[in-house]
Amino acid sequence: MTSVLRGISRRHKIPLSTLKRNAQILKEFNLIAYGDPPNFSGVELTELGRFISSLTVGEEPTVLGNMVQTRSGYRPLGIVIKDLRKTVLRMIAEAGSGHLGASLSAVDILAILYMIKMKHDPKDPSWKDRDRFVLSKGHAAPALYAVLAEAGYIPPDRLMTLREIGSQLQGHPDIKTPGVDASTGSLGQGLSIGVGMALASKMDGSGSRTYVLLGDGELNEGQVWEAALTAAHHSLDNLTAIVDRNGYQLTGRTEEIKAMDPLVEKWRSFGWEAMEADGNDPASVLDALNACDLTTSRPSVIIAMTTKGKGISFMEGNKYSRKTPDAQELQRALKELT
Amino acid sequence: MAQNASQLEHFGRALVDLGLLHEELVVLDPDVAASTKVTYFAERFPERFIRIGISEQDMIGVAAGLAASGKTPVACGFAMFMACRSWEQISSSVARPGLNVKIVGSHSGLSPSADGDSHQTYGDVAVMRVIPEMKVVVPADAQEAVEALGAIVDAHGPAYLRLSRGATPVVYDEGCEYTLGRANILREGSDASVVANGVMVPMALEAAGRLSDEGISVRVLDMHTVKPLDTYATTKAAAETGAIVTAEEHSIIGGLGSAVAETLAVERPTPMERVGIMDRFGESSRSYSALMAKMGLTSDAIGEAVREAVKRRN
Repeated sequence: MTSVLRGISRRHKIPLSTLKRNAQILKEFNLIAYGDPPNFSGVELTELGRFISSLTVGEEPTVLGNMVQTRSGYRPLGIVIKDLRKTVLRMIAEAGSGHLGASLSAVDILAILYMIKMKHDPKDPSWKDRDRFVLSKGHAAPALYAVLAEAGYIPPDRLMTLREIGSQLQGHPDIKTPGVDASTGSLGQGLSIGVGMALASKMDGSGSRTYVLLGDGELNEGQVWEAALTAAHHSLDNLTAIVDRNGYQLTGRTEEIKAMDPLVEKWRSFGWEAMEADGNDPASVLDALNACDLTTSRPSVIIAMTTKGKGISFMEGNKYSRKTPDAQELQRALKELT
Repeated sequence: MAQNASQLEHFGRALVDLGLLHEELVVLDPDVAASTKVTYFAERFPERFIRIGISEQDMIGVAAGLAASGKTPVACGFAMFMACRSWEQISSSVARPGLNVKIVGSHSGLSPSADGDSHQTYGDVAVMRVIPEMKVVVPADAQEAVEALGAIVDAHGPAYLRLSRGATPVVYDEGCEYTLGRANILREGSDASVVANGVMVPMALEAAGRLSDEGISVRVLDMHTVKPLDTYATTKAAAETGAIVTAEEHSIIGGLGSAVAETLAVERPTPMERVGIMDRFGESSRSYSALMAKMGLTSDAIGEAVREAVKRRN
């Protein structure tokens, strides 16, 4: 340790005491680690340190570097997102069933909504003027629960009770769970619920916005398009739909089962402001969500291009649509996220 | 009892009164406002009247969202398309989360007689009744429809109100005592009881009048609430009169007859007959009463069923 600092001191003509003090501070902030005297070991970056340095090396500040409020204090969004993926993996492995691929594809979108975009208060889940979120693709419930726990709605020790009898965490979302705004799970119904919420917000003159996350396979359901017409007819510019366009539904590729393309044009023809974004790039999602705020007199939809099973190399695609990872697969997956 | 009155006309006017009382009450319409008479509400409260277009399933979801945000939505459409077409939306989006949505099914039973069996509703009570926590109400006449509407708006949670299309005989010409879940005993009797609802109530009274001339004393219960069923009045009638006949403008499968049979089979097995639609579809008829007669929904049919049940009573 000291030899490393002495080298730096000599090369850059910085007093050794200054470097020692700086190293101490970095250690206190948990950015670097080194052993205590007399057994000095090599200096290394901690996980947080690696992350911060990856953001600062020749790059402008990014969305991933944003410090966001979590139940355990302010943390960088990038780390929160990795932790959310780990939580989703552990929950579904523990429950023994669940929709892993569809949960992982939606993690970045959910994180941006709850950690940055939405106006909400975990201490007051029924605050009247909060922004609402409807998980119309209710089978991604584990991702929602993970983010609600991170935000402070659900005690984290309850997460592993997913799908267990008597648990608050149902297989699909239920409003009895703190922070869950709509009971969903039956595909095709969430956008209608979101329309009702957006209408109520307009009637009450509240500035509250409503966000609805839809699956791309879910767009097969006719009720989605009924609701799309209703929202446009009522000029609901306080409503934003996001389509998690991961390209797959349960038994195969969406375009091979019931072709949905071209999606942007479809929504536009229904009277919506429609745009594409990279749904697994938080910066792209945030830009699109911000653009929706500027739209007036009609609802907005973001076609969020995502990868099913995003974040774990061997789970990407449709292989883990309903498959549950075994203990070994779970360890491999968690390792990829460190 | 010669006079007739329209349930929908009274319902439509009562909605306006309730709108004045309850600022959070909103009305949703799947493009049948002129038929369901919610036009009165629309004229009085245009900002609280929401046109959804011909999409009942979407409408139920929108109602759920409104209720989740503190409104009291009253969603009114034809019974077949509200209760039956939108059943799963009602179950999943409204009842499961226990939202305060009031669903009104008009043109129920055989009342849209000329339209034919695409519009006639034989199973709405059955499918609504099976949903946990759902209240199911079938008023006997226009005045009771008004009282029932007020009662379900006052009671938090999902409810289904079943209304008839045209004018129907007046039962309550001097006001109507109404408590959700408590049957009204309209006529005392000791030999048999008719448990009826909807337009079968005036028919039951007519039948009871004729049967008394034959020396059969018939109690008549207006079982306006199918769920929660007044099991006390039902078992009491069985115990005190020994024979039960149910009468409803609905399939004998799953509706009032089933609800009463379920109760009596467990609580007090009693000779019983059911008058209703006998597991078949209707057809077009320019005359509602002609269709009712052809389908076996008459006071004569009730009278015959009472004689049958009394015969089986030892």
